[in-house]
Amino acid sequence: MASGAQRRIKSISYAKYGYIFILPFFLVYFFFQLWPLINTFIVSFHGNGKNVEDWVGLQNYKDILFGGSRKVRVIHESFFTCLKNTVILWVGNFIPQLALSLSLAVWFTEAQLKIPGKGFFKVVMYLPNIITAASVAVLFLQLCGQSETNPGAVNLILYKLGIVKRGIIGKGLYSTVPLVEGVWQSRIVVMFIQTWMWFGNTMIMLMSGIQGINPSLFEAASIDGASSGQVFRKITLPLLTPIMAYTLITSMIGGLQMFDIPFLYTKTGNVKDHLKTMAVMIFQYFHAQANENKIGYAGAVSVMLFFITLALGLIAFYMTRDKDEIAKKKQRKKIAQQAKRESKQFGGISL
Amino acid sequence: MSKKMKSVYGDVKENYSFKIKLKSTILFIWFLILTIICLLPIYILIINATRSHTEIANGLSFIPGGNLGQNFKRVFTSPEYKIAYNALHGYKNSLFITCCSTFLTVFFSALTAYGIHVYDFKLKEISYSVILLVMMVPMQVTSAGFVSFMSDLKLTNTYWPLILPSIAAPAVVYFMRSYMKSSFPLDIVEAARIDGCGEFRTFLSIAIPMMKPAIAVQAIFAFIASWNNFYTPNMILISVDMKKKTLPMMVSALQSSDKFNDYGAIYLAIALSIIPIIIAYVLLSRFIIAGVALGGVKE
Repeated sequence: MASGAQRRIKSISYAKYGYIFILPFFLVYFFFQLWPLINTFIVSFHGNGKNVEDWVGLQNYKDILFGGSRKVRVIHESFFTCLKNTVILWVGNFIPQLALSLSLAVWFTEAQLKIPGKGFFKVVMYLPNIITAASVAVLFLQLCGQSETNPGAVNLILYKLGIVKRGIIGKGLYSTVPLVEGVWQSRIVVMFIQTWMWFGNTMIMLMSGIQGINPSLFEAASIDGASSGQVFRKITLPLLTPIMAYTLITSMIGGLQMFDIPFLYTKTGNVKDHLKTMAVMIFQYFHAQANENKIGYAGAVSVMLFFITLALGLIAFYMTRDKDEIAKKKQRKKIAQQAKRESKQFGGISL
Repeated sequence: MSKKMKSVYGDVKENYSFKIKLKSTILFIWFLILTIICLLPIYILIINATRSHTEIANGLSFIPGGNLGQNFKRVFTSPEYKIAYNALHGYKNSLFITCCSTFLTVFFSALTAYGIHVYDFKLKEISYSVILLVMMVPMQVTSAGFVSFMSDLKLTNTYWPLILPSIAAPAVVYFMRSYMKSSFPLDIVEAARIDGCGEFRTFLSIAIPMMKPAIAVQAIFAFIASWNNFYTPNMILISVDMKKKTLPMMVSALQSSDKFNDYGAIYLAIALSIIPIIIAYVLLSRFIIAGVALGGVKE
């Protein structure tokens, strides 16, 4: 027999605390992220100007994707240039980065190799990732900066290696590689900076992936006499695929946001056309400029970027979800369904 | 073992260990090269910060020069630096914003994760799925709407839009929830309730101490992310005085070469912006690397 007090205790619900505890998060999220996102959508359907303009529907999207009159065509072309730049810079940074970090991760985790100071190497290789990107951009601008009298540190190294010649134009002048002004040269520098900053991070992620593989598989392979190349191709690579796919997707999303380095890698303050990424384009369009505010276009580009990111994010989410959990859930459902069917079969009498 | 067998197996063994030794040595050299590539830009930066303009223009050096005092004087007193760059103000502003937002991120993420983990309520699963879903939405996408909303509220040029949004950090909530799943038994909450501990006090005096490792790792990452943030301050602090700018914003002002033409001083200014975070990294590197391995926080 439950007394009144006992019954009362049983009926105490703590659910309200759950709501209280998660309330601040969702309040702030709504205010500072969800509403701005909705606002971006709204803005993208309005005209361009400093204040809120008239409703123009899908005109901004049409302008960006298909062009039109001369004034609009500039924006149309600029959008596709930025898209192209983003893809080029991302691919050029991701391929060397993945090759480097994958090989390093494999070597770091190979138990037979006796390499002293592994911990030190890891620490050093991760170091570039934590340095302020803005400082890195300005630093590389200084290192690569060139003028005829001052070739910059990178060009001086190239001179020492014999790649850059001295004294072609005049006495004591260097014929430098245009690492800031040149189209492909500057792109390569930006790719290098991105790789330099991110390979340590990717390496550590992949390492933890490799360490998650059952070590008895490697042992069995080495007893069977597999070479390290075979182990890599037949064991490490297939079992590492999910985490590599995750790295790929997050890196793609990160690449779409690439901003600091392309934005700051210029001496004049105007971002170079061949370095402009999508994020830079959005920033320039909404950033309060004297009379050239294009907030509607900024919104439209943001919305497109949002959908690309969303698609990529869903793929990553799909790939990293807990597969065992889902399989279990499915099985449970199946069993429940079967039980139901069986109970129907016997006229509702459970046996 | 027969003599023949011994010789054969001995050979194989020797051959094998020789191969491993050779591979180890080659890899060690390769790692050394990569280490040099990682450190060289920073090394040149620090060396050049101690050299004079003409020395830098004339060639590379790997030994410090004697011009550090002169460069310091220049960075802190010359007119072009006075209007754009002051490391002390930069440290102060960046530290203030970063400390506030790190505290908010860690505290409210722990609170949210605790709320979702401990309590049973109708919207529990849905709210967690929402958090997972919005984890990937980048700042760049919402920024156009964010800035126009903030300027409607007259909050541009203040620190509020840089600090308050850090209360909602989905990735940190996700991490804390995963941590709680593995190492925060619900029985403890029951025990605290029986002892008459209030719900909020249970969170403060039991959950937070138990989650210290997770909180420490996330605090480090939140701190670094906020300290290095250039994008958000750059769009919110549009027309503030130099004294209110953050450190990355000040560094970004050094890019234009026609105003800043003393190379030694520029290198010193960049070095001043990098050195604090390098010192912090050297002290905390073990936790940072362990934290990245735990699933990593990618910007």
